[in-house]
Amino acid sequence: MGRFHRHDDGHEHGQGHGHGHGHSDLGDHSGYRTGGERIEVLERIFDENDHTAAANRADFDSAGVTAINVMSSPGAGKTSLLAAALRILTETRVGIVEGDIETSIDADRLSGLGATISLLNTANGFGGECHLDAPMVRSALSKLDLTALDLLLIENVGNLVCPAEFSVGEHARAMVYSVTEGEEKPLKYPVMFRSADLILVNKVDLLPHLDYDIDIFFRNLRAVNPTAAVLETSTRTGRGVADFCDWLRTRCTPDPEGSAAARGDTTARSQP
Amino acid sequence: MHELSICRSISDIVVRHAAGRPVRIVHVRVGALRQIVPDTLVYCWSLVSADTALAGSQLCVDSVPAAIRCIPCEHVTTLSEPLICCSRCGGHDIEVVAGEEFLITSLDLAEV
Repeated sequence: MGRFHRHDDGHEHGQGHGHGHGHSDLGDHSGYRTGGERIEVLERIFDENDHTAAANRADFDSAGVTAINVMSSPGAGKTSLLAAALRILTETRVGIVEGDIETSIDADRLSGLGATISLLNTANGFGGECHLDAPMVRSALSKLDLTALDLLLIENVGNLVCPAEFSVGEHARAMVYSVTEGEEKPLKYPVMFRSADLILVNKVDLLPHLDYDIDIFFRNLRAVNPTAAVLETSTRTGRGVADFCDWLRTRCTPDPEGSAAARGDTTARSQP
Repeated sequence: MHELSICRSISDIVVRHAAGRPVRIVHVRVGALRQIVPDTLVYCWSLVSADTALAGSQLCVDSVPAAIRCIPCEHVTTLSEPLICCSRCGGHDIEVVAGEEFLITSLDLAEV
């Protein structure tokens, strides 16, 4: 028997076909075996991120802050929508973690609206990451006094793929989707659409100018995420922005039951 | 391209479990509901492991199909596309029973 031998025939390892070492059912679908030892690991790859996310979440909870992870593709209108919300949320003490690969442009757009902003450039010391992860958000939290906040909005890097995989310790996820992106996007990016608790269907003021069928979009959305709350918004006309603020305020209201689940617990999302 | 940072996490976990022993194959299990491309993961593994103690090791991806269980009718549907809907009654009140896995299952060590 050579150093490598394959089981391309797909036969099961039965009795009398031992390799003289432990053979777990777990993960052994490669067909490769050698005389080398196999050690069982069974460790979740996001464990480290999730541990830090849990630490972030504990800090949010002990400070009484509700954290919302805001995600979208680039240009969907996250920053404009957050700026419009800040103009309404004058009674709420808001902090913002602004994630961007480069530049402070978005942070600058949100300054002067009453929120405390912590800018997080992912290309500055983090290797140009396409998403925020829990350790990055943790580093941004050091620049914010959480006890002086009611609401923390974490504006993720514009990307429909990667941010969905990384819990940062948020209580809920809001996703901004713009109608210019096309009706099929929930089917193309199901992980992102499925992970959101609130979908903001943005730029609806453009609907008269587009060959776009919003009913098809909603059908596609419900196929991948039957339960998310949905709001139609436009920062140009102001439509839906007050409703978005109401949704945020409701999330900030202390839950009489003290139940994280009632507020939309998303930190367990990357559990297998 | 979060596969690159994911491979760094995998590398950290593998190094800890291998405890200095040479690793030949790293077995990972990836559910279909993960936004992870197995080919990209394997490519990124070659980049991340190069010039480390894990250079030359293979990443072997065990893909797990997504499955949902309908809560009212209890029917289990294995999904071929990400449409979260019971194949028997068409209901949306479901729980995911498979497809969210993302873990390192085992390491095959090289003979020394």
